[in-house]
Amino acid sequence: MPPSTPSNGQPAIRLDHISRHYTMGEAVIRAVDDVSLDLPTGEFLALLGSSGSGKSTLLNLIAGLDRPTSGAVIAHGQDLSKVSSLELARYRRQTVGMVFQSFNLLPRMTLEENVELPLRLAEVERGDRAARVQEALGRVGLGKRITHRPSELSGGEQQRAAIARALVNRPKILLADEPTGNLDSATGESILTLLKEIQKNPGMTIVMVTHERPLAERYADRLAVMGDGKLLSNGAAR
Amino acid sequence: MKPRDLSDLALRNLREAILRNSLTTLGIAVGVASLVAMLSLGVGLQQLASKRLSQSGLFDSVFVTPRMNLRGMGRDAMPAPTDKPPRLLDENARQEIARLPNVVEVYPQIRFFTEVRYDGKPFATMVAGMPASSKASGSFDGMQGSFFSGDGAYETILQSEFAKELNPQTSALIGKELVLRYAERQSLPQDSANSSATPPSSNSASLPGGFSVVPKEMRLRIVGVVDTEPASGFGGYGNGRLLIPLQVAMTLRAAQINDLRDIVRGTASAQTFASLTVRAKGPAYVEALEASIKNMGFGAFSLLDASKSLATFFRVLDMLLGIFSSLALFVATLGIVNTLVMAILERRREIGVLKALGASDRDVKQLFFFEAGVMGLFGGVFGAFLGWLIGRALTFGTNVYLHRRDLPSVEITSVPWWLVLGAIAFAVFVSLVAGLYPASRAARLNPVEALRYE
Ligand SMILES: Nc1ncnc2c1ncn2[C@@H]1O[C@H](COP(=O)(O)OP(=O)(O)O)[C@@H](O)[C@H]1O
Ligand SMILES: [Mg+2]
Repeated sequence: MPPSTPSNGQPAIRLDHISRHYTMGEAVIRAVDDVSLDLPTGEFLALLGSSGSGKSTLLNLIAGLDRPTSGAVIAHGQDLSKVSSLELARYRRQTVGMVFQSFNLLPRMTLEENVELPLRLAEVERGDRAARVQEALGRVGLGKRITHRPSELSGGEQQRAAIARALVNRPKILLADEPTGNLDSATGESILTLLKEIQKNPGMTIVMVTHERPLAERYADRLAVMGDGKLLSNGAAR
Repeated sequence: MKPRDLSDLALRNLREAILRNSLTTLGIAVGVASLVAMLSLGVGLQQLASKRLSQSGLFDSVFVTPRMNLRGMGRDAMPAPTDKPPRLLDENARQEIARLPNVVEVYPQIRFFTEVRYDGKPFATMVAGMPASSKASGSFDGMQGSFFSGDGAYETILQSEFAKELNPQTSALIGKELVLRYAERQSLPQDSANSSATPPSSNSASLPGGFSVVPKEMRLRIVGVVDTEPASGFGGYGNGRLLIPLQVAMTLRAAQINDLRDIVRGTASAQTFASLTVRAKGPAYVEALEASIKNMGFGAFSLLDASKSLATFFRVLDMLLGIFSSLALFVATLGIVNTLVMAILERRREIGVLKALGASDRDVKQLFFFEAGVMGLFGGVFGAFLGWLIGRALTFGTNVYLHRRDLPSVEITSVPWWLVLGAIAFAVFVSLVAGLYPASRAARLNPVEALRYE
């Protein structure tokens, strides 16, 4: 178990009895139901569970895209359930990076423009942007493809570009929702190798949703399994 | 997001649905164009009217008459506005009025009906004396020939209808002479020789009451023919068909209507005026001038109220034109709302991605707002240009029509810079208002839902 960097006693993410309920008419759907979890800084957590078990909902709560019905999400000391929506946007901009199963690159923009988007939102100086875009795309092995559009790339390359976009603002937490779900197994492995590589950055915490247990066991430090909105188990991967 | 990035993204989004956004923008342009064209017509007509009216002298003139509060005559039954006694409107009074501040000139209305001979044939017509200042009034701008060479020249300008009676080929009249027959009033005691340059005939008919009326003749050279009937002041030479310099008209001492009244009053020896026209430096001075002339003991009258109600009329006209043409712009804004709401539906996922990458609700709102504003700006600029073109076309069409009827051309539309800037600003403003709803709807979009389904 590699507890990589000193975490000054504070977990990167602390989930304190969080629930996220949806009301559909009379029925209440407990997408996330009373989940508590501490994730130390620098760890790579794989979130497992069958379809509809609440993994994405939990990830979106950590991402600050959604707010819990009850409980607290504390990321690097900041209680996301209490901050304003403007501060939540700032948190998404500066503290987390997100990667999706369907890549979600904007199709009419080149890779360069896609990766520049978070820099625009974070109001990074124009002069600094090109270098940071180049650096981020270089890290995922796409340094020579910056003028290409997403449609001109393979699925694996698109996911790499999406990872570059997630990392360009130098976040502390990387959140990935089934990043290998649309990829063949060999390409999926290469993406996980890349994530493992990224984890080596000091202080980088990763949460990855997947339903491929063998992959998770090989790459993640810790496995959390969800079922029916509840956290079923949480422990070291090996 | 910084404004530059906002505009980058907004313009990029507008380009991505170029056809739809162009059509929306065109809709705004048509609305703005109709607004600009309508208002340019209102402004142009107003300028035309006020130019014509200020040239006519109606609005910078005060019409002065002797105040007649002879008791028992039924006139001036109302108490006199001042306690000054009524005065005679004579040369002294004329000079006194001329010395009042902001007075350009004071001249009498000299008009009389008489007979002229041209080519041996007699014609009855109305003669009017023209002050030298009338040359600048614009009434003579399109005339054939030229204005009088001097204030005392024995020359005449004919009104074109009258000129056609003399000779249908009016240009052939210029340089020719005609004979003006008039009656001169002469005091009975001194039957003096006439001072006029032309030889008078002596065939005097005696009238009871101190003077006789002597028929006389004067040769006048025709120097010009004027199309429109020049008007200056009230009861001026508006219906004069044979115009002569005022100085000449005064020396003619023609028999005027007030002469009989003078006889009744027993003031036949001194020449008095039936009325005087006082021209102020501008319409702004008319009110004060009118008051001080009344205070001197004369009747004074101006068309100031008429000028004020004319201004009000045009303000109302502009407003109505503006309201009607704003309807087109209003319809165009519905186009903006529609286009942007469609864009939200199409760009659901994109908005979700932007939010996941850290865009705040405000960023998304501003993005849509910006897109609305850009469409408004482009539509406004293009529409202002289009409206100007329509205005030009209106003026052109009108002038083609006027030209066919041998009438002088006019500018019926005018697009001042404030109208252009105002129309563009209005288009942007209206577009932003139209963008309010779509922008806030886009901003409220739930990113989790937007990103859920592929
Ligand atoms: N907006 C919503 N309204 C109602 N139910 C929802 C909504 N979002 C998610 N759910 C439900 O919550 C449960 C968990 O969904 P999700 O987190 O997407 O599962 P997973 O990612 O593990 O497949 C599912 O039963 C889903 O139908
Ligand atoms: Mg999911």
